[in-house]
Amino acid sequence: MEVLLNTILTLCVLGVLSAVILYFVAQKFRVEEDPRIDEVEKMLPGANCGGCGFAGCRGMADALVKNDDISSLFCPVGGGDCMKAIAGYLGKAAAEKGPQVATVRCGGTCEKRPRTNEYNGVKSCAVASSLYAGETGCSFGCLGFGDCVKVCSFGAIAIDPATGLPVVDPDKCTACGACVKACPKLIIELRKKWPKNRAVYVSCVSKEKGAAVMKACKAGCIGCGKCAKVCAFEAITVENNLAFIDSQKCKLCRKCVNECPTGAIKLVGMDPLPKEPKAPAAPKPAAAPAAEKPAEK
Amino acid sequence: MKTFPIGGVHPSENKLSSAKPIEVLPLPEAVCIPLSQHIGAPAVAKVAKGDKVLTGQLIAEAGSFMSANIHSPISGTVTAVELVANGQGLRQPMITIKREGDEWVEGIDRSKTLVKECALSSQEIIAKIKEAGIVGMGGATFPTHVKLSVPPGKKAEALIINGVECEPYLTSDHRTMLERGEELVVGVTILMKAIGVDSAYIGIENNKPDAIEHLRRVIAEGGYKGVEVTPLRVKYPQGGEKQLIAAVTGRQVPPPPALPIDVGAVVCNASTTVAVYEAVQKNKPLIERVVTVTGKGVKEPKNLLTRMGTPITTLLDAAGGLPEDAGKVINGGPMMGRAMINFASPVTKGCSGITVMSGRDAERREASQCIKCAKCVSACPMGLEPYYLSKMTQKKNFDELEAQMITSCIECGCCQSTCPAYLPLLDWIRLGKQSVMGIIRARAAAAAPKK
Amino acid sequence: MANKILVAPAPHVQTLQSTSSIMRDVVIALLPALVVSTVVFGVDVLCVTALSVLSCVAFEYLIQKFLVRGAVTVGNWSAVVTGVLLAFNLPASIPWWIVVMGAFVAIAIAKMTFGGLGKNPFNPALVGRVFLLIAYPVQMTSFSKVEGFAYKVFGDVNPDAVSGATPLAAYKQYGVLPENLMQDLTLGNMPGSLGEVAALALLCGFVYLLWRKVITWHVPVTILATMAIFALIVGAASGMETSLLWQFPLFHIFAGGAMLGAIFMATDYSTSPMTVKGGVIFGVGIGLITMCIRLWGAYPEGMSFAILIMNSCVPLINKYVKPKRFGVK
Repeated sequence: MEVLLNTILTLCVLGVLSAVILYFVAQKFRVEEDPRIDEVEKMLPGANCGGCGFAGCRGMADALVKNDDISSLFCPVGGGDCMKAIAGYLGKAAAEKGPQVATVRCGGTCEKRPRTNEYNGVKSCAVASSLYAGETGCSFGCLGFGDCVKVCSFGAIAIDPATGLPVVDPDKCTACGACVKACPKLIIELRKKWPKNRAVYVSCVSKEKGAAVMKACKAGCIGCGKCAKVCAFEAITVENNLAFIDSQKCKLCRKCVNECPTGAIKLVGMDPLPKEPKAPAAPKPAAAPAAEKPAEK
Repeated sequence: MKTFPIGGVHPSENKLSSAKPIEVLPLPEAVCIPLSQHIGAPAVAKVAKGDKVLTGQLIAEAGSFMSANIHSPISGTVTAVELVANGQGLRQPMITIKREGDEWVEGIDRSKTLVKECALSSQEIIAKIKEAGIVGMGGATFPTHVKLSVPPGKKAEALIINGVECEPYLTSDHRTMLERGEELVVGVTILMKAIGVDSAYIGIENNKPDAIEHLRRVIAEGGYKGVEVTPLRVKYPQGGEKQLIAAVTGRQVPPPPALPIDVGAVVCNASTTVAVYEAVQKNKPLIERVVTVTGKGVKEPKNLLTRMGTPITTLLDAAGGLPEDAGKVINGGPMMGRAMINFASPVTKGCSGITVMSGRDAERREASQCIKCAKCVSACPMGLEPYYLSKMTQKKNFDELEAQMITSCIECGCCQSTCPAYLPLLDWIRLGKQSVMGIIRARAAAAAPKK
Repeated sequence: MANKILVAPAPHVQTLQSTSSIMRDVVIALLPALVVSTVVFGVDVLCVTALSVLSCVAFEYLIQKFLVRGAVTVGNWSAVVTGVLLAFNLPASIPWWIVVMGAFVAIAIAKMTFGGLGKNPFNPALVGRVFLLIAYPVQMTSFSKVEGFAYKVFGDVNPDAVSGATPLAAYKQYGVLPENLMQDLTLGNMPGSLGEVAALALLCGFVYLLWRKVITWHVPVTILATMAIFALIVGAASGMETSLLWQFPLFHIFAGGAMLGAIFMATDYSTSPMTVKGGVIFGVGIGLITMCIRLWGAYPEGMSFAILIMNSCVPLINKYVKPKRFGVK
């Protein structure tokens, strides 16, 4: 009995002693922090994706509280509403930015862009791209080893086994930009997000001349410039044999889609414009978007 | 017998073409000359489409100090200056020339007579080497004139000639040493003069006893002072600059950014030394080189004296064509060479061989998990821990990678070739090294303006 | 072009030595000892070994197939190695269910819970053995009389050999060394577990492993040298007679599991350090702990405990003992 009592007593004394020591240590080494940081952190989505450029939401909150001018800071996951709320709480002016979505600009599916060699090394785009052009004849296109998939914290991007290309789920994508940074071929772009996930974009980044593009891939942009000519909003520029549609200027009028001879301009979430009853040559351009449709879904 | 102190492996030598004398490949109909055949800034094209050029004419000028001149390897008309896919399918600026005859520019001595005496000063020699566009021909393609320009405050103590050729299959340096021994040794004396040293060591692995004996005889008969042949025990990667210096002199070059000159050594490849002889004594720029075309499936492995810019298919054809079961075509040797997809790409200054791997040899074996056998650690000639560096790269722990000295990695491939689990160690380490180097550069750039 | 051109980063050559060839070599290196053991103890040895190997392989297969649901890699022979080593740590007269239980602990608990081959911090066979030693001390230490071929042929070469106590246990109890020390220990004329009676055969295995470049000499030699030197010092300090003094170190490195442990268990890849320097520290540690347990501990044998204790230090050794970097003084 005495042993039991002694044991209990000793343990109790030890416990109290440790608690007292801990208390004083905690007091002595306490870090004074602006309590608003905690509040702002709570207002952030808590995804810790790093899309803002900080290691996590805590870092972002810290910067939001400490910097007087927060217009350069933006949380892509929370979006404009979240930033507005935080700015209101802190009494600062927030950056205005519309919603965006990651867009994969390569249409070189397995059938349109035949494989000419077989990569036998580590299945990583970064490793493969530092070695050589890739498994196909196109040195600009998607390598398909899924570095973008690995970095996505939201499960919003996946390689479609049928096409060998990554597909973004616009509902899950937060436009954090991790995939944009991970892609060594600079194929993924953050573009303006339209309602109902509608989009029109050039699904190719090849700067090769038209003939070389055609040789490597049947879905590439050959830089013919027909799309730029029909665009009424000056949204399309052709540079280095490559067309680019500025998503801020584009109004989704879809005229360019019908003009594109290779089907490199992708149309998502909308029906193409009706074909102009021009000439019997119509079936040809019509064939391209029709063939595209299954790949989009 | 001497060798380097840490690590190393013994891959099968497979020197199939070591007994084949150098053959001269007929001139190609057209050549493609990349503007970047060396480490450093690309050369700047001096010709345009439609220009007539002569063999040996300067067609692109060094873009900066760390760059090299490029000369036309044939005479003819420039058909294009544009982006062309290289061996890896990546687009690079190249000059395409269509051949018309073989007319050389004046002043180049093409005779075979040996010119021993060299009355030029150190600066004049280096200027001539720079003019001739000579770069390291062992594969690293470091501009030779940069190497020979000893920075102020440092002193060269010994010249080391790299005749190791530790890569399996390759024999171009071996044949050059055998067939052009006199020129090589004169080249050595010129280089000694250029960097102001009295002693030079020609490091040769003892799997080439004929080359060791031949060069010893040449040195003895010619009465060359201070030149010595150092036989080395066979071990890969003895031809690595740092390993060779350690093997010959016993001194270890400190980790980057230290350079060989920090331990008083200047290393020059054997073929490069012959090119130096030609440039200084014969005014001949670097427009041709010996390329080994080899591989177990290749009908006639050969050593071919080839003009720069010759399409690799021409070389393969000369060696009996691309074998039926060819699985991989490598620019260089199998330990450090780069696999190619575009065989129309040209021979460049650093291309010492074309190795064709056939059938099963070409395929990587399936990787399993690391069994911690530590074979990579004992194989690493830089004393690194490849298994750990590979793992940390996959975890993107760049601080740890830097602390574990990933920048010391010479990418020799010992770790990966010795791994019984067939893990792609170097694939990852190379990526980690590139990332860490980028971080270090960014840090230096950020620190620079503050000063 | 008939076949597609392959592309991969350098190097383009790979060694022919694979994980499975290494594990197979270890099994081959253990065969001489198995033969000697069979000669000494009889056919029971083969039954115990077969049962142990089968259970290890079966447990690994079942766990990989139905629990982990990943790739099944029993083809790499690593479970076979664990099975043989576990059997070598058991007496020949062990009941069959104890063998199966040992195999379960070795594979399921010591190996697969940590992620399988290459990830286990402790030597699986030793964890199995130590578990059995603590759970079933009686069965684990009752060594059958020598019933094997050697005993039958040579009869009463060494009457002590049939007493049922291992030389180390006898030493612990009575403080005497066997009479025909070297003869008995090297030829296996004594009771003990399967693998500890055949020091010479184990040494043959060691030479084979060195020749096949499966292991390096550093760890085994450091362990045995540490033990020998330690025994010599202790012997000299305790005022041992000169005639006994030279026998004392030999007795310790030849008796018990010293050879088996030093050559086959301490060199287990994933539970030993990655560097030569680390291996030497590891070996010295094992040697010292073994001798301390043998001389002053409760157990007559300390090899398995020593290896397991040093196994736990391996991550620390790997963290702080780095290889000699090129160019760094």
